[in-house]
Amino acid sequence: MKRVYTKEEACIGCRLCEVHCLTEHSRSKNIIKAHKKEFPRAISRVLVEELRPVSFAVQCRHCDEPVCVEACITGAITKDESGKVVHDEEKCVGCWTCVLVCPHGAPRRDLERRKVAKCDLCPDRETPACVEMCPNRALVYEER
Amino acid sequence: MSYVIIGNSVAAVGAIEAIRRIDKETPITVISDEPYAVYSRPLISELLAGQVKEEMMGYRAPDFYERHGVEAKLGTRVVSIDSKKKTVKTEAGESIGYNKLLIATGGTPFVPPMKGRELGRVMTFIKMDDAKKIEEMLPELKHVVVIGAGLIGLKAAESLHHRGVKVTVVELADRVMATVLDVEAGKVVQDALENAGIDIITGDTVDEILGDNMGLVNGVKMKSGEALDCDAVIVAIGVVPNAAFAKASGVEVNRGIITDDHMRTNLPDVYAAGDVTEGLDYLSGDNRVMPIWPNAYIQGKIAGFNMTGEERIFTGGLAVNSIELFGVPVVTAGMSNVDSDDLEVLKKSEGGSYRKIVLRDNKVVGAVLVGNIDRAGLVTGLIRERIDISAMRERLLADDFGYIDFPVELRKERLGVAL
Ligand SMILES: Cc1cc2nc3c(=O)[nH]c(=O)nc-3n(C[C@H](O)[C@H](O)[C@H](O)COP(=O)(O)OP(=O)(O)OC[C@H]3O[C@@H](n4cnc5c(N)ncnc54)[C@H](O)[C@@H]3O)c2cc1C
Ligand code: SF4
Ligand code: SF4
Repeated sequence: MKRVYTKEEACIGCRLCEVHCLTEHSRSKNIIKAHKKEFPRAISRVLVEELRPVSFAVQCRHCDEPVCVEACITGAITKDESGKVVHDEEKCVGCWTCVLVCPHGAPRRDLERRKVAKCDLCPDRETPACVEMCPNRALVYEER
Repeated sequence: MSYVIIGNSVAAVGAIEAIRRIDKETPITVISDEPYAVYSRPLISELLAGQVKEEMMGYRAPDFYERHGVEAKLGTRVVSIDSKKKTVKTEAGESIGYNKLLIATGGTPFVPPMKGRELGRVMTFIKMDDAKKIEEMLPELKHVVVIGAGLIGLKAAESLHHRGVKVTVVELADRVMATVLDVEAGKVVQDALENAGIDIITGDTVDEILGDNMGLVNGVKMKSGEALDCDAVIVAIGVVPNAAFAKASGVEVNRGIITDDHMRTNLPDVYAAGDVTEGLDYLSGDNRVMPIWPNAYIQGKIAGFNMTGEERIFTGGLAVNSIELFGVPVVTAGMSNVDSDDLEVLKKSEGGSYRKIVLRDNKVVGAVLVGNIDRAGLVTGLIRERIDISAMRERLLADDFGYIDFPVELRKERLGVAL
């Protein structure tokens, strides 16, 4: 399946992937409204890690044998036929079991909604927003 | 050919999903004494708290059984196994044949022999029906005593508190969640509970449950001699494997059903998974009961694969616990609370937050995080993969510990970094 991979040599740590991920997962999908007017605010599912001069973006790896799916106490996380690991916000109760077991530290806590948020590979788009909006092509979306 | 599974919870689902990855044809029969389609047992506390509706309790979609070709015999109790004839017998006397059998009967609450345990409103809290019964009693409940400050007892206490009931938790150990939390972490959790208005009595226990002339609970007498008035008691001391009928049928049982690395029992073609087992512990290499949801799913999955003939090895369960009480999240992994000379402990505590990492031979073997638990899984992953942490030791206690602290080669291998 296609996944997002990061090129840490090309990442400049601008965090635009986070900005566009948040926007894509907001109600309005408008960059200003998403950041300034929507409450609770959406949260980015990609996280930029940085220790100058190194930086890179990390998000859910859509694992082949996802431990989050096995561990989720509500059945909110499932792996669909395409291989995508999807999270059902309505079922999630914010127990943080997935946060505890994901070896990549991918699920993020949305404290206002008391739910987890994780990469869904942008179902409404051809290419995930983070990949498309990275000014330095430090993220690629490819089949391995 | 047919698969039969006794118990209809997460271990059963793990097995069904694994079986159907390999074998789409052979009929599967699931037998459970509970009348419900598979539900998320941990959510009974949210159900009681009124935070999750019954319709949302389902662990899988309503068409799960149909889509997986499973016949679900619900409200049916299995009383014995005949491993020679390869049949199981139900309480109603029906005999059901199997080629491969999975025992996934979970645990049953332990209620010690104490005076008054048979009184009305002495409850346990592990089934959906328990939550419903307590819900029905709510109008009569002003003060409830919960015996046991483990995960289940504290979840029950929090739920009742949300429903406006005064709760006192009584715990024999010197702190809450004593099996997984050390003194410091236990204190943070206890403070959160007490600040919310829950009374906690440690180092004492209930000797006798007192009743009125209607046969209903009206108080408890403590070992220390103190007496408390209350309208109900929830016994949450612990859960023991539901293995008596299996043992009587010839299955080898210690505390739980002994399983090997294929999740087989001593009887041919009989497997076991979940809370009913005493399976392999990843860190100690010994067998032990590990009654947690993720372990039940994984054991069920391994059993399911092996039942189809697709060989999979169970490499051992890792104890992980996540609980949030009154807004304070607490997670533990592995040997979170073990004292031993060969262990090195790193810890940091500030405000309401606590972080502890337990090392053995430069590898992480345990962790406790309270408060800021973000990305805890990175640490769990270090335990699981037995990674040498020499290069990141200084950063393990940092709140923003991340992949950036991993040696670059390891990080690239794990993330599959673009080439
Ligand atoms: C209130 C509460 C909160 C919890 N919270 C968490 C949590 O946050 N995280 C976590 O990891 N774990 C949690 N747990 C533990 C978790 O629910 C268990 O580890 C898990 O349910 C075990 O699954 P299982 O499939 O082994 O068996 P179970 O879920 O125990 O199910 C076994 C089923 O088999 C049935 N059965 C038993 N005997 C027979 C028989 N003879 N014939 C027919 N049917 C039979 C039982 O009635 C039951 O329906 C919690 C448990 C409780 C009670
Ligand atoms: S959340 Fe973590 S464990 Fe689950 S699929 Fe994504 S990377 Fe894998
Ligand atoms: S936080 Fe949500 S998605 Fe994660 S394990 Fe709990 S219920 Fe499942």
